[in-house]
Parts: sequence; C-alpha cells; structure tokens
Amino acid sequence: MNRFVLADCTSVDAALSQLHDGAVVKAGGVDLLDRMKDGIEEPPKLVNIRNIAELRGIHETDHGLTIGPLATLAEISEHPAIRSQYQILSDACGHAATPHIRNMATVGGNLLQRIQCWYYRSADFQCLRKGKDFCFAFGGLNQYHAIMDYGSCPAVAPSSAAVALLGLNSSVELTSAKRGKRTVGIRELYVVPDANPTKFTVIEPDELLTAIVVPRPTPGTRSAYQKYGEKESFDWAIADAGVVLEMDGNVCRRAVITMGAASPVVRRSAQAEAALAGQPITEETARAAGRASVEGALPLSMNAYKVDLFPVAVYRTILLAAGQRDRDPSAAG
Amino acid sequence: MAKRNQHDPTSGEENPQTQSAADSARNGITRRGFLKGAGLTAAGTALLDGVHAFSSETAGNRKGVTELGPGPVPVRLHVNGAEHVVQIEPRTTLAEALRIHLGMTGTKIICDRGVCSGCTVWLDKMPVNSCMTLAVDAVGHQVTTIEGIAGEGELHPLQAAFVRHDAMQCGFCTPGMVMSCAALLERNASPSEQDVRQAVSGNLCRCGTYPKVFAATLDVAGSTRNA
Ligand SMILES: Cc1cc2nc3c(=O)[nH]c(=O)nc-3n(C[C@H](O)[C@H](O)[C@H](O)COP(=O)(O)OP(=O)(O)OC[C@H]3O[C@@H](n4cnc5c(N)ncnc54)[C@H](O)[C@@H]3O)c2cc1C
Ligand code: SF4
Ligand code: FES
Ligand code: FES
Repeated sequence: MNRFVLADCTSVDAALSQLHDGAVVKAGGVDLLDRMKDGIEEPPKLVNIRNIAELRGIHETDHGLTIGPLATLAEISEHPAIRSQYQILSDACGHAATPHIRNMATVGGNLLQRIQCWYYRSADFQCLRKGKDFCFAFGGLNQYHAIMDYGSCPAVAPSSAAVALLGLNSSVELTSAKRGKRTVGIRELYVVPDANPTKFTVIEPDELLTAIVVPRPTPGTRSAYQKYGEKESFDWAIADAGVVLEMDGNVCRRAVITMGAASPVVRRSAQAEAALAGQPITEETARAAGRASVEGALPLSMNAYKVDLFPVAVYRTILLAAGQRDRDPSAAG
Repeated sequence: MAKRNQHDPTSGEENPQTQSAADSARNGITRRGFLKGAGLTAAGTALLDGVHAFSSETAGNRKGVTELGPGPVPVRLHVNGAEHVVQIEPRTTLAEALRIHLGMTGTKIICDRGVCSGCTVWLDKMPVNSCMTLAVDAVGHQVTTIEGIAGEGELHPLQAAFVRHDAMQCGFCTPGMVMSCAALLERNASPSEQDVRQAVSGNLCRCGTYPKVFAATLDVAGSTRNA
C-alpha cells in the first residue's frame, strides 16, 4: 500500500473542502484499502469520513427511511423497522460478506465498491476498466462473470445492498461544495462500461454520497433477498435476487425483481416482473418468473451454470417473499 | 477463496508449534522475543509518551480537518486497558500497529484482505478485522486483543474450553476464533449452536476445527450441543 496523507474530517463541509487533486473518500476502508493493497490504486490523500457524525444513523421519516451512508451493514440488518418492513434490505445487508466485515463496512461504501473481476483486481492486468482497450475475461477465466447486458466488459455488479435498494426504488443524495445537492436513482448511480469504462458511478471526484432515501413500501408489500455463492460465507454472490411483491391477498398487483451478479450494473427484470403481475403467487408462477429472468442470457465460455442458477434464485426468493417457503438453506450467508 | 488471492499463511510467519519448540529451546533470548525486541526498538514507542499524539481530543480541530502523514505521526491507542502512543504512518493497519509496533503478536495476519478473520480484535467489544482497519481509526475506541481477554496469568474460560475440547490443530486461526466466540458470549451468554456457527462464519480454519470450536463455546455458555 502506498503512503498517503490522511485528512481526518468531522463535518461534511470539511470533507468536501478536501476533495481535490486526486484525494479519495474513505469510509470503512474495506474496499478502498483492498484496492490499494493490491496496488491498483495509489491515491495521494485519503479523506476520512468515518468520524462524521452527521453521516451516521438510520432515520424513519413520514415517507420512509433516510439512511446515513456511514450506517454499517450490521446496523441496517439488525434495525427493527427495516427487519419488519424492508426485509429485502435487512436480508441483503445481513448476508453480504462476513459478520466482522458487516461491522466495518458502510452502506455507502458498499454501493460504491468496485467490481471484483480478478483481472481488474490484479495490478498485472491492464484492461478496459483501467483505461486500456482489452478485456481478459472473454477469452480467459470467466466463471464468475456476467451472463446479460455486458457489452465490452462482463464484470458483475458486486453490491448486495444495491440489489435491495433498487428493488425498493431508492435514491441517493450526492453533495458537492460547488454544485450543491442532487438526487440520483440507484440504477442511474451506476455507469455502464460501454458508456464510460473507467467511470463506474456518476459520482464526481468532488462529491460525497450524503444520504440514501428509501420510500416506504405500500401496505401489504412483502420482500426478500437471497444470495447464492460458492461458499456459505466470505464471498460475493454468483447469483442473487431481490423480490418486492405488492400483494392483494394472494394476487400480486405489482412485482419488482432485481438481480446483481448477472450483469455489470444491477438490473431489474421486466420479463420476470411481467410474469407475476396480476397473478397469484404459486410454485408455477414463481418458476415461470424465474425462467423469464434469464431470457436473452448469453453466457460466456465458463458460466453457463448461472443461466440455471438465476431462475432458481429468483423463484425461491419469490416464494420466500410471499411467505410460502423458508429461507433456502443452500443460499449463502 | 475462489475469487481472491489468498496469501499462504505459512509464508508470513512460522508455524506456531515449531515456534514454541524453538522458543523453549534457548534460555534467555528466544527467537520470538528477539524479533519482538527488534521491532520495538525500531518503533521506539516508549519515547513518545507525552508528545501531542493524534487522539480523540485532537481530532476535529476548528476547521474540522486533521491532516496526518504521509510520514510517521504519534497516535494514541487504547489497547487492553492501557494507553500507548505509537509512531506510525497513516497507512499502518491496526493489525500491523499491534504486531510490529506494540509487540502483541497474538493477533495473526493471514490473508490481509478481510477474508479469513484471523486478525479479529474488538473495537469497543465489536469484533472487526484489524487487517482492514487503519490504526488511526482505532483512536478513541477501546481495542481488545487475544492478549487482553484474560487476567494476568489466567486463561479466559473460553481459552480453557478450547484446550479441554482440543479445539485447535495448527493454531493459526485460533486467536481469531477465540475473539469471535468470546465476542458472541459477551453479547449473548447462552447462544445456540446456530449462533456460534454464525459468529465464526467469517473465520476460516483450514484444519477443520469448527465442530470443536462450537463444542468449546457451548460448553462455556453452559448450553448443550444442538440447543
Ligand atoms: C471477504 C469479503 C466478502 C464480501 N462479500 C460481499 C458481498 O457478499 N456482498 C457485498 O455487497 N459486498 C461484499 N463485500 C464488500 C464489502 O461489503 C465492501 O467492501 C464494503 O461494503 C465497502 O464499504 P466501506 O465502508 O468499507 O467502503 P470504502 O472502502 O471506504 O469505500 C468504497 C468506495 O466508495 C467510496 N466511498 C465510500 N463512501 C463514500 C461516500 N459517502 N461518498 C463518496 N464516496 C464514498 C470510496 O472512495 C471507495 O471508492 C465483501 C468484502 C469482503 C472483504
Ligand atoms: S471483465 Fe471488465 S474488468 Fe474484467 S478484464 Fe474484462 S474489461 Fe477488465
Ligand atoms: S488477516 Fe485475514 S481477515 Fe485479516
Ligand atoms: S487453521 Fe489450523 S487450526 Fe484453524
């Protein structure tokens, strides 16, 4: 890890005043220090936001939740109101990474963590996402890569929290000293690699993510998230699904189905959602939605198994959300 | 560790079993003691007491910014109930500060990436991975390491249970296992086996000691297995 100046800040204004000349934000540091230890980034200055009290906390408002970006994954997963009304979010934050990482990792950092493609994470490979013009994954080891929507880079979206927050139609507040505040939806937060391979998110170098706003689900909404991995703990998802069902008795008025590890940017599956809208939730409709979720998938040389795994993840998570099935013992976390 | 480069634990440090044999073989200067002494001299921790160290009181001056580094700066840490001032660069992790600067080598660095929890310590009783925590981020918190969970010359009941249940093989993951399970017992005096499994779900043991770790922890809790 390179040497750096650490600017320890205790207010948002102080942190914003430090964000220039290559300085980068450090929250929990789990992802940033990992990139620095692997030698793929060498920032001259880290702006430590971890001690900014105004960026902490989970607040219930008239319209839903406002979550400070420094709320940890553990705090979110254990929050009583989130556990009862926003299960998809407590599920996602409670099953990401390991218990100790969840004590350290902030939700802001989780949303903004970089891709885990092993070529990207190695200083020995200079690929598209590092400003060069080559992807090593298409002709190389791609078993954990994308099956959909990938264009020129099939590295998958890593954030579990994003899968849940997209399902809940959330947005983030971004703040800069010069331009003030703006609000961006979760999907719009992410830049697809074909639009700009080295950008990752729309956040500018002088901006801070200062809040996450989650609208309150309509009464009768049920939701869940499940993550499937190669191991029970430790690792990012190889397939994961977020399900939000607006129910009228057992009939689903509207469904939102989100997927993380299928594509470079977290996605909603319009096909899976259409398969459930207006239908009762049954084994059959849930399976049909699962199958629909991978329509148009184009697996790479080593990841065709994901085309089978995602439908299972989606179908079982629909039944979990509907209360017709327990949490899958073979799901990770 | 399918997706991540795992450092070979045997390359970073000697096997604890051969280590202790080597230690007891020489009277006076032991290999570990020698290495620890060399590290401490270089760090010169004792000399720094009394200087204006970065601490929770100095953090957040009028402008709300305190700049540290890139070179070594004095930092005040509270470890196992004692206050220490260490001279460290901001990039120093808590695991490195403990092992290299304070000579507390009970905390192990294995993957150095947050993947194995071998480096588990408590920040105010909350278990975290010290390899992914900057030492300066421990300022203002009480750090507890494996050296600090028991009284002088005693074993923590959980350490005694690990011995009774033979809950270690190579021992490399053991300090982290003990810290994870002891943190669970602090939060929940009578955990179920499921709670113990959950508490160590980030602790990687290549020797497969998990069943005995569960048994030792449940033994201390006074619960029965599969409760
Ligand atoms: C073993 C392991 C397993 C994991 N498994 C999972 C998993 O299953 N699912 C999952 O989702 N994640 C997983 N993770 C990733 C982990 O959750 C993230 O690394 C963590 O959430 C990052 O949060 P942080 O606070 O440490 O972020 P940092 O490392 O501090 O920051 C991450 C990035 O976001 C930027 N940033 C952070 N906060 C702000 C802000 N408020 N404003 C502007 N920029 C900001 C930083 O500049 C940096 O680029 C895993 C990690 C490990 C080590
Ligand atoms: S998948 Fe993306 S990040 Fe990985 S090597 Fe290809 S371009 Fe780089
Ligand atoms: S050494 Fe493996 S998690 Fe810290
Ligand atoms: S790794 Fe050897 S005892 Fe756990």
